[in-house]
Amino acid sequence: MSALGVLFRREVSLAWGRGGGPLLAVGFLAAAVTLFPLALGPAPGPLAATAVGVAWVTLALATLLTLERLFERDFEDGALDLLVLGPLPLEATCAVKCAASWLVNGAPLALAAPIAAIALGAPPSSAPLIVAAAALGGLAFAFVGGTGAALALASRRGGVLMAVIVLPLLIPPVIFGGAAISAFTGGLEWRTGLALLAAYALAAVALTPFAMAAACRNALG
Amino acid sequence: MISALRLENLTIERGARVLFANLSARVAAGEALAVTGANGTGKTSLLRAVAGLLSPAGGQIAFEGAPDPTEARRAGCHLLGHQDGLKGSCTAREELMFQVRWSGADAPAALAAAARLGLTRQLDLEVRRLSAGQKRRLALARLIAAPRALWLLDEPLAPLDAAGRALMGEIMAEHLARGGLIMAAIHDPLPVAARTLEIAA
Repeated sequence: MSALGVLFRREVSLAWGRGGGPLLAVGFLAAAVTLFPLALGPAPGPLAATAVGVAWVTLALATLLTLERLFERDFEDGALDLLVLGPLPLEATCAVKCAASWLVNGAPLALAAPIAAIALGAPPSSAPLIVAAAALGGLAFAFVGGTGAALALASRRGGVLMAVIVLPLLIPPVIFGGAAISAFTGGLEWRTGLALLAAYALAAVALTPFAMAAACRNALG
Repeated sequence: MISALRLENLTIERGARVLFANLSARVAAGEALAVTGANGTGKTSLLRAVAGLLSPAGGQIAFEGAPDPTEARRAGCHLLGHQDGLKGSCTAREELMFQVRWSGADAPAALAAAARLGLTRQLDLEVRRLSAGQKRRLALARLIAAPRALWLLDEPLAPLDAAGRALMGEIMAEHLARGGLIMAAIHDPLPVAARTLEIAA
């Protein structure tokens, strides 16, 4: 088996076990979607108007929740040394970790997202677009969040640092994705928003591994 | 294949503090070097610098017989830190298989190494249920399963019992006989013949 496959399988199994795996993220989404109507009141008007936005913000926060300790455990138990000295370039190793996290947490969230949005009052016809947008957005969240997790390594109050670094970077995908779905439900041109979201996700996949690798080296050195 | 490790005028700093300056040493194939010194003098930092995890403030680390230092470290070097790099929630078998495969060897080699280290009966236990010595043995498995020339060992014997130390002596002697190199940070004497490099504060 290639080194890439060995690492991917391990990361998937670790992400599956880490703090409840996908149950944590999906549970967070379910809890937030249940609480919003209780806070906003039972009238269907305002709920339907905010449905897509609430689902998106919850999605972003749920992803952050699962990514906080992406590198920290490896750093604490010494496994990060082994990963850095391994057969893959560190950039590829970091990308594999984020991709595995996306597969375990992001993909179930993308499947749960339309249920959450429709429960809040989004039209059922928007479900396929919501799945696509949530999958792309989740990919961007995973790689951007991974960068924050790597930068927060070896610093006290890493969680605060991570929020400060990562939250601004989550704004574009939230805007693009939310705009695409709103445009679709309003009968407007929605492909632009989705294309921008895809571009952002691909840029994150292509660029953030370099930042993650540099941050990991810095934390170890 | 690394035929010798050469340190020339090596200086390592941590923050603003100089750990040691102008350290020179050479370890040839078949030789073991015991790095000694008081706590905090920089034994671990020296090993991590040789492994490429931290960059020295001055001087050179050269791998004779391997022109590219990055490749020499990637394919010719095992670093065993004082942490074992094991996840408490995984089983010993999962951790063994990952570490060994990640180092480039296969499952039969991993199982043979585990048998040699006396871990066969512990493989299905969670790592958190193993003793410190058993964890260290598990971390040593990749050194046996995936042969590489240079072993960088940080306190390799600390958690091992008398039988474990004797076994480690045998394994190190075999490695040296095959032309391997060992550089170990230690407080107790190594169980094989070794030159000593004392780092003074």
